[in-house]
Amino acid sequence: MRELSYAAAMGEALREEMERDETVFLIGEDIGSVREADDLFAEFRRRRVWQTPISESGFTGLAVGAAVVGLRPVVEIMYCDFVTVAMDQICNQAAKLTLMSGGRVRVPLVLRTPAGCGTREGAHHSGSLEAWFAHTPGLKVVMPSTPYDAKGLLKSAVRDDDPVVYIQHRLLHARTEQVPEAEWLVPIGQAAVRREGTDLTLIAWSYALVKALAAAEALEDEVSVEVVDPRTLVPLDLDTILASVHRTGRLLVVHEAPGRGGVGSEIVRRVAEAGLDLLKAPPRVLGGADIPMPYSPPLEDACIPQVADIIRAARDIVR
Amino acid sequence: MPDHATLIALLRLMLRIRFFEERLKRFYDYHGYFALSTPTEEAQSADELLTCVSYEFASEGMIGGAVHLSIGQEAVPVGVCSNLNADDAVLSTHRSHGHFIAKGGDVKAALAELMGRATGCSRGCGGSMHLFDPERTFLGGNGIVGGGIPIALGPAFAARYRGTDQVSVAFLGDGAANQGTFHESLNLAALWKLPVLFVCENNLYANVTPYALAFPTPDIARRAHGYGVPGATVDGQDVLAVREAAGEAVARARASEGPTLIEARTYRYEGHCGVAAGHQNPEECAVWRERDPIELFEAKLLEVGVLTSDGCRHLREQVLEEIDQAEEFAKDSPFPEPTALPGL
Repeated sequence: MRELSYAAAMGEALREEMERDETVFLIGEDIGSVREADDLFAEFRRRRVWQTPISESGFTGLAVGAAVVGLRPVVEIMYCDFVTVAMDQICNQAAKLTLMSGGRVRVPLVLRTPAGCGTREGAHHSGSLEAWFAHTPGLKVVMPSTPYDAKGLLKSAVRDDDPVVYIQHRLLHARTEQVPEAEWLVPIGQAAVRREGTDLTLIAWSYALVKALAAAEALEDEVSVEVVDPRTLVPLDLDTILASVHRTGRLLVVHEAPGRGGVGSEIVRRVAEAGLDLLKAPPRVLGGADIPMPYSPPLEDACIPQVADIIRAARDIVR
Repeated sequence: MPDHATLIALLRLMLRIRFFEERLKRFYDYHGYFALSTPTEEAQSADELLTCVSYEFASEGMIGGAVHLSIGQEAVPVGVCSNLNADDAVLSTHRSHGHFIAKGGDVKAALAELMGRATGCSRGCGGSMHLFDPERTFLGGNGIVGGGIPIALGPAFAARYRGTDQVSVAFLGDGAANQGTFHESLNLAALWKLPVLFVCENNLYANVTPYALAFPTPDIARRAHGYGVPGATVDGQDVLAVREAAGEAVARARASEGPTLIEARTYRYEGHCGVAAGHQNPEECAVWRERDPIELFEAKLLEVGVLTSDGCRHLREQVLEEIDQAEEFAKDSPFPEPTALPGL
């Protein structure tokens, strides 16, 4: 075993996949300085790592076309909020080409983007737009929370024949954990139970998982919380979630993205449709505030579910 | 001048596009296609109300949705694509039938697609704006104006990445030249010397908005110069002129000299969409019809003795026969089964 950070894990995944498969290439803005950290730029520059002008639609579209003819692009969008500029290429083109062609073309593309708030960057650099992508048929959506998953899911995303939106979180980049020496993959569509419990199923992903685990630990003596990390939002591993709700009878979903129309609502819908009778109490979603993200630290923090908010909500549900 | 066989092939392709699109008029009914499914007598139970249904179209072989005709513009796709191999890519637009056929696409599969049949080139999932033929690297029409332009960079990039010599063509209308993707793509292609042809079919109307209301300059071609890219206008009614201009651009692209913008001046006789009366001024339309690309080319071939009037008539009959066969094929083809859809 060895210690690996979330950021280094993604670099390793890219390096391994690029070494394994000649068709994998990286493309995005300022990618040189970003990929200097893991030497990918120095090693693969010119042929495999493409630093672009600020033209998100242009280079995302290029990647879509390259994927259609058999390359495996990994598109890096500097901030999740910037995907809006390339939304046609992602949601109308990458997501739809396979269906529109009757399955005759495939789009094996990864769109990587750091999302998330808590970094005091204001409303244009704090978005977590997973609900938009989850709402778009034709896209898979993964959101790793740990270095192990960051690497394993990125490798799986590169090997997938459909477009995969890979959303990382800036506040997770420096976090480390012990990981194996040998290669591993994390399959797309498989949730992980992070902590076992009997009173409440607490679902969270990305950086919200860190807070969910902290809340579960703080509640240890009063509420037995089972923490489930979906890891992949599309396709969602409903079986693991339902099995957990079956054990606990209670459900709380936490995410940083605004609660309204969010993935939390979708999870509650799926659970209600498949197992309303499993629930002993009304389910709840603790999402971010339904306003654009403000800048000042106390304002921003008030808009994001905090550990104390999770503890309070968990107590309310179990009471 | 190209050899005789090539000249006849160019004419045949233009006729194929023209007759194909003329035939669509018989079946196109934007409203009629909204036929609702009605349960048939076989439906015995509530469950079967969903599965035992028939569709009451006003006529058999109805075509629905938005169908954009390019009648009058045939010389552009035919002239351009006559320079391409099967592994050169084409990205098309909402007005895609001509591009599909010029690239060698099968009219049977195209008509079946428009009629929503399982044998369609996109298995009934695409419709008029989403014809695909990956074997000929025809990578789709596109329902988003300007949406296909950056995608065309991809196959060009892939050729460079692999060290092969394919080129890629982005067809666009004048309307798309005002989308950001056009400018981003010109810049990227120029910066990386990608083997791309940007072929702007300037038919003087973006949907129904005339050129003068959308452009502050007299031509689109010079926009390329701002990106260090050669750009020139060409007579889009003259298939040989288009072929020659595109041929030079393809040669430049294959020689790693980068992209070219070709603005082909042309005109569509029909309205933006469907067969409703066009928005154009009838006098303007009459002027352009005098320079019909097919009639001009036929006259030229007669004049130089490549074609006799009998030969011309025979060629037209052959192409009409192809369209008849395509119609028969499409009408005889089954509708796709919903169970074939992923995720259902």
